[in-house]
Amino acid sequence: MTHLDISKVSIEFPTPKGPFKALDNVSLKIKKGEFVSLIGHSGCGKSTVLNIVAGLYDATEGGILLDGKEVRGPGPERAVVFQNHSLLPWLTTYQNVELAVKQVFKGRKTKKDMHDWILHNLDLVQMTHAMDKRPAEISGGMKQRVGIARALSMEPSVLLMDEPFGALDALTRAHLQDSLMDIQKDLNNTVIMITHDVDEAVLLSDRIVMMTNGPAASIGEILSVDLERPRNRLELADNPKYVQYRAQVLKFLYEKQRKVEPITQPKKVTPTPPDHDEKVAS
Amino acid sequence: MTVQSAYTRLFDILKDSFSIKKCLFPLLGIIVFLALWHSSANRIQTSLGEFPGPVVVYEQWNSLVADHVEERDKETAFFERQEIRNAKKLVKDPNYVVKERAYTGKPTFFDQIFTSLYTVLAGFGLASLIAIPLGILIGLNGHVYSALNPIIQIFKPVSPLAWLPLVTMVVSASYVTDDPIFAKSFLTSMFTVTLCCMWPTLINTAVGVAAIEQDLLNVSKVLRLNWITHISKIVIPSAIPMMFTGLRLSLGIAWMVLIAAEMLAQNPGLGKFVWDEFQNGSSNSLGRIMVAVLVIGFIGFLLDRVMLMIQRLSSWDKTQVLR
Ligand SMILES: Nc1ncnc2c1ncn2[C@@H]1O[C@H](COP(=O)(O)OP(=O)(O)O)[C@@H](O)[C@H]1O
Ligand SMILES: [Mg+2]
Repeated sequence: MTHLDISKVSIEFPTPKGPFKALDNVSLKIKKGEFVSLIGHSGCGKSTVLNIVAGLYDATEGGILLDGKEVRGPGPERAVVFQNHSLLPWLTTYQNVELAVKQVFKGRKTKKDMHDWILHNLDLVQMTHAMDKRPAEISGGMKQRVGIARALSMEPSVLLMDEPFGALDALTRAHLQDSLMDIQKDLNNTVIMITHDVDEAVLLSDRIVMMTNGPAASIGEILSVDLERPRNRLELADNPKYVQYRAQVLKFLYEKQRKVEPITQPKKVTPTPPDHDEKVAS
Repeated sequence: MTVQSAYTRLFDILKDSFSIKKCLFPLLGIIVFLALWHSSANRIQTSLGEFPGPVVVYEQWNSLVADHVEERDKETAFFERQEIRNAKKLVKDPNYVVKERAYTGKPTFFDQIFTSLYTVLAGFGLASLIAIPLGILIGLNGHVYSALNPIIQIFKPVSPLAWLPLVTMVVSASYVTDDPIFAKSFLTSMFTVTLCCMWPTLINTAVGVAAIEQDLLNVSKVLRLNWITHISKIVIPSAIPMMFTGLRLSLGIAWMVLIAAEMLAQNPGLGKFVWDEFQNGSSNSLGRIMVAVLVIGFIGFLLDRVMLMIQRLSSWDKTQVLR
C-alpha cells in the first residue's frame, strides 16, 4: 500500500534569465516503513525533490499525497534532517529536541512524558551524555545525531534526510549509518534519504532511486535492494549481490548519466605588470 | 542560566579585566598621557588663565566634592530648622497645619551627574523600546523595510541640535498638567536623546533579523512554530549579537547627544554645569570644566562596559570576540 505518493511533480524556478525547469514529471510511490535513497549527480535536483516533499518548495505541477491526502506546506509529520544539522546554536542539545517535542506534543503529553520522550530520543542516538552542551561544544557527528533525534522526536510519518552524513569523515559516517540502521530496525520509519555515496545507498536502502541529470531532471532507474537485514558492512563487502547492486548504481552514474563537469582550469599565468620605472610602450 | 552561574561568570569577567598583565600597558598609557598633559598645559594661556593641568583639575575635583558636602549639610540643616519650627508651632496651636517646604538649593556637580545619568538611561531605554520591535518588524518584512528605509536614512544623520527646538516646543505645548510627574526639561532632553540614538539599534536589529540562516527558518517552518515562538526562539536569539552592537552604538550616541542638548537647552545635567562654568568665567572655571570633561568621558566608558558585560552574559556565541 502506498504511504507517500510523489505524483507527477514538476517545478520551475523563476530566474533572471527566465524560468528554470529543475524537475520534470517525477513520480514515486513509497510504502510504509520503506527506506528509499535518492542518488544522482550534484545539482540534478535531489534536494529540490526533498524540499517539495517537505513542503518547503511548492511544485509547479503535480503534488504530494500522504495516505491518499494531498499535503501542502511544511509540517512535523514530514520531519527533515538537514545537511548541516541546523541546530539552534543558542539552545542545548536537550533544548533543541525539547523545542520540537513541545511543539508537536503540546496538549497531548504531560510535562513528565515530554521529558521522558526527549531523553528517549537522545538515547536512541546515544547523545544523553551531551544533553546540556550547545552545538558549538560538540563534534559534527554529534550535531548530526542530535538533528536526527530532533526529527525522530516528532514521530514523523516520513523522515526526510538531505545528505545527513555528507559533511562527516568516513569513520564517523560509518558509525552513524550503523546507528541509523539500528534505529530503523526498531522504529521502522518511512525514510527518504539523499546521498551521493553509493555504498551508503546500497547498505541502507530498500530501494535506490537514481535521478537523471538536470535541467528537467526526473527518475532514471529504480533499483530494489534485496539484501537481508540486519545488514553488516563487513559481511556485505564480498557478498556477490551487494557487489552487483553497487556496480549497477555506479554504472548508472558514470556511464548512463555521465556528467561532464567542466573542470576549472588553473588560471593562465598573467604577466605581472611592469614596474613604473621600467614602463615600456605597448 | 541560574543566578549562581551568572554571578560566577560576572566575577570571572571582572577578575579577567583586572589582572596585572592586562593593566600594565593601560596604566603606562595613562601615566604618559598625564605627563604630556602636565607639561603642555601651562604653555597654553587663555583669558581665564592657564589651561588646567592634572594638578589643578585634581584640586577642582576636591573643591567640587567639598561643595557637594557643604550643600548637603545646608540641606539637612534647613530641614532640621523647619522641623523644629513646625514642632514649636504645633505646641502653640494644636490645629496648626504643618507646612513642608522643599529645599531649593543650587544643584551640585554630583546632582548634575545624577540627573544626566537617569536622563540618558530613560532616553536610551525609550529608544530601545521603540527600535528593537521596529527593527525586528523591518528585518522580517521586506515591504516594511522598503517603506521605512528612506525615512530612516533621512532622519539618521540629523544632529540633536536641530531636533531640540522642535522637541522643546512640542513638549511645552502638549505636556500641560498642573502636577507634572516629570520636569519639562527632563522630557525635552530625553526625547532628543531618543530621537538621535535609536537609529543604530534599529538598523542593526533589522540587519541581524534579516540575516537569519535559511536553514533555521526552515526548521521553524517544519515545526510550524507560531509567530510568537518563532520570534522568541529563532529570530531574537539569532539577532542578539547584532542587536547589541547597535545598542552599544546607541548608548554612546545617547550620552554624547545628551550633553550637547543640556548645554544648548540649559536643561539640568552635566551639559548645563559645563555651560554655567563657561558663563561664570572665574579662575576656577576651566579646571572645573576639565573635571566635567573627564567625568563625562569616564561615565561614557562605564556605560559601554556595562553594556559589554550584559552582552557577554546574554550572548550564546562564546566564540565571538567582544570588545
Ligand atoms: N530556489 C532556487 N531557485 C533557483 N534555482 C534553484 C533553486 N533551488 C535549486 N535550484 C536549481 O535547481 C537545480 C537542482 O538543485 P538541487 O536540488 O539543490 O540539486 P542537488 O541537491 O541534487 O545537488 C540546480 O540547478 C539549482 O541551481
Ligand atoms: Mg542538495
